[in-house]
Amino acid sequence: MNATVNRHWRSFKWAAWLGWQIESNWTEPWLFAIYSVIKPVAGAFILVLMYVVFTVIGNVQDLARFNFVYVGNAFFIFVGNTLFGTFQVIQADREWYQTLRYTYISPISYYTYIVGRAATKVAVAAFAVLITIAFGVAFLGIKIDLSAWELPAFFAAMALGAFTLVGIGVSLAALSFLTARHVRGLAEGVPGVFYLFCGVLFPLTVLPDWGQSIGKAIPLTYWFHLIRQITMPADYFAAVPTGLTTDPLEIMALLAVSATGFFLLSIGLFRLMEYLARRAGKLDMTTNY
Amino acid sequence: MDLAVETQQLTRVFTQRRKIFRRRRNGENGESEGPVTALDHVDLQIRDGELFGLLGPNGAGKTTLIKILATLLLPTSGIAKVAGHDVTKDPLPIRLKINMVSGGESSGYGLLTTRENVWMFSQFYGVSSKTAKARIDKLLHTFGLWEKRNAKVRNLSSGQRQKMNMIRGFVTDPDILFLDEPTLGLDVNASRVIRDYVKSWVKTTAGKTVLLTTHYMMEADELCDRLAIIDHGKILAVDTPENLKRRLKKETTFRLEVDPLKDTSRFKTIPGVKNFSLKSDGGASLEKLTFILEDEAAVSDIVSEVVRQGSKIHHLQKTEPTLEDVFISMVGRSLE
Ligand SMILES: Nc1ncnc2c1ncn2[C@@H]1O[C@H](COP(=O)(O)OP(=O)(O)OP(=O)(O)O)[C@@H](O)[C@H]1O
Ligand SMILES: [Mg+2]
Repeated sequence: MNATVNRHWRSFKWAAWLGWQIESNWTEPWLFAIYSVIKPVAGAFILVLMYVVFTVIGNVQDLARFNFVYVGNAFFIFVGNTLFGTFQVIQADREWYQTLRYTYISPISYYTYIVGRAATKVAVAAFAVLITIAFGVAFLGIKIDLSAWELPAFFAAMALGAFTLVGIGVSLAALSFLTARHVRGLAEGVPGVFYLFCGVLFPLTVLPDWGQSIGKAIPLTYWFHLIRQITMPADYFAAVPTGLTTDPLEIMALLAVSATGFFLLSIGLFRLMEYLARRAGKLDMTTNY
Repeated sequence: MDLAVETQQLTRVFTQRRKIFRRRRNGENGESEGPVTALDHVDLQIRDGELFGLLGPNGAGKTTLIKILATLLLPTSGIAKVAGHDVTKDPLPIRLKINMVSGGESSGYGLLTTRENVWMFSQFYGVSSKTAKARIDKLLHTFGLWEKRNAKVRNLSSGQRQKMNMIRGFVTDPDILFLDEPTLGLDVNASRVIRDYVKSWVKTTAGKTVLLTTHYMMEADELCDRLAIIDHGKILAVDTPENLKRRLKKETTFRLEVDPLKDTSRFKTIPGVKNFSLKSDGGASLEKLTFILEDEAAVSDIVSEVVRQGSKIHHLQKTEPTLEDVFISMVGRSLE
């Protein structure tokens, strides 16, 4: 038992260490620090542009709406980076560094290793969200209302979101054990689907019925909803109706169930795909595009 | 005596979907379609503490065998046990005891330093910090990589990367180490250092086993306690290098240097010729023939066949059999 815990901890710790080395691979640490701030801010400028277009065309000079879009996009950074950070571990190790075979035959848990490698990306993405929000508050009139007693709920929501996303990411990564090409498209497509159908840019009610059904079937829709509910001022939040339940506990419960579901799915898929890849001799293939 | 490695009827078949794709695109011909049997009912026993060699031509199945034993690939059928555990059912206890290094590839995290790279892998195995540090320092010195200890891996030459990977293999102090062509592409000095180290590691530490593949006869002859000769996925012989050579003593080895021949197919049909191989020194005007004869009398037939083709014999010599001759005798061609 203790040996198992040890093994997972070892796997996570050194994978996270490696992930951090790769992420912060800058000759000058201060350059990395500046980059970490500049990148999200640059992203925010694109949002400003979007809003200008938005208001010119739609004539909606509505602060609440801008808040809605801005917060949604800021937290989408977290979604995209967590997903992609998890998904690309196998491909990078197999094709680029060619270390997968050696890591795989070492006495670690490869599943936990993937999660460890993704952890840095999750942390960096969370930081980027923070910077984006701070920039919005400072320069674009974004209003955030997050009081101390809401913090536990906020962190719980972030954790549940991260679990769900890592679960989806590992599932995609597991598929890439067997094929590289097709999964890459999938990994780029999935965040796109989330962007469209999870109420990131506009409330779900804007979508046609079938689109709303898709959105309501994806747990992240509720996650964005909950995050907005926790972070936006109550009147702003109420000003953009989304047609979703506003009971935070209900949403939390739903997210907890979906996070568990994706976790179990990812373990199952990982085991299956690992077995199939080891059987097919694909654990150390390189595709040589 | 305990067995480090044991296989029973071990078979591995690759279904070749990728090759078929390639052929369709390029209109390539000649290669056989359908599945390839990389290992064909292999029975092998490697004892604890042995330095065991696998010798075989390209595509013989050496790497496939190592991948299966290193828990990277599953067998199609048959059983493979490493340190007493089944590779299919029970890989984890195996992984705690093994490591693997393949030559001729340059894996590694380019943005880490040599030392960090090796360090990280040692930590995957739970080696204590103090032990890991001491081992890494020692190995960096041994393999002549000390100067590069803080260099980024992306700035290492391919030979230096290979040395780093050797250190990665030894730093976890495995009980069983798989080395797939460890000296491939290394200079004479580096190869020497690696051979000496591997040999002394097995001989001076109790309970250390090495399974090594190589294309260098000298290396196999010099290093290995026992050798398996493998071709087309089948083990043709397992014995000490000495015994393998002794087997040939009943046969006679002749070497000839002749002007290029038009047709060598007739040699095989001469009575008394067991096997022969031909090497032309790329571009040079002479061809080197090695004959393994069951009956020395065949020499006169060989000579007259060469003369009949209008070629001239520049050199003819009867020699002591080398490991290479053993190989030619069994496989029907030379390794290089
Ligand atoms: N992943 C794979 N898919 C399809 N065929 C494979 C695969 N790996 C190996 N083979 C085939 O199996 C056979 C044995 O290959 P293997 O790599 O074991 O040979 P080897 O003895 O290591 O040769 P070399 O001396 O060239 O390294 C070859 O015919 C090879 O084409
Ligand atoms: Mg090979």
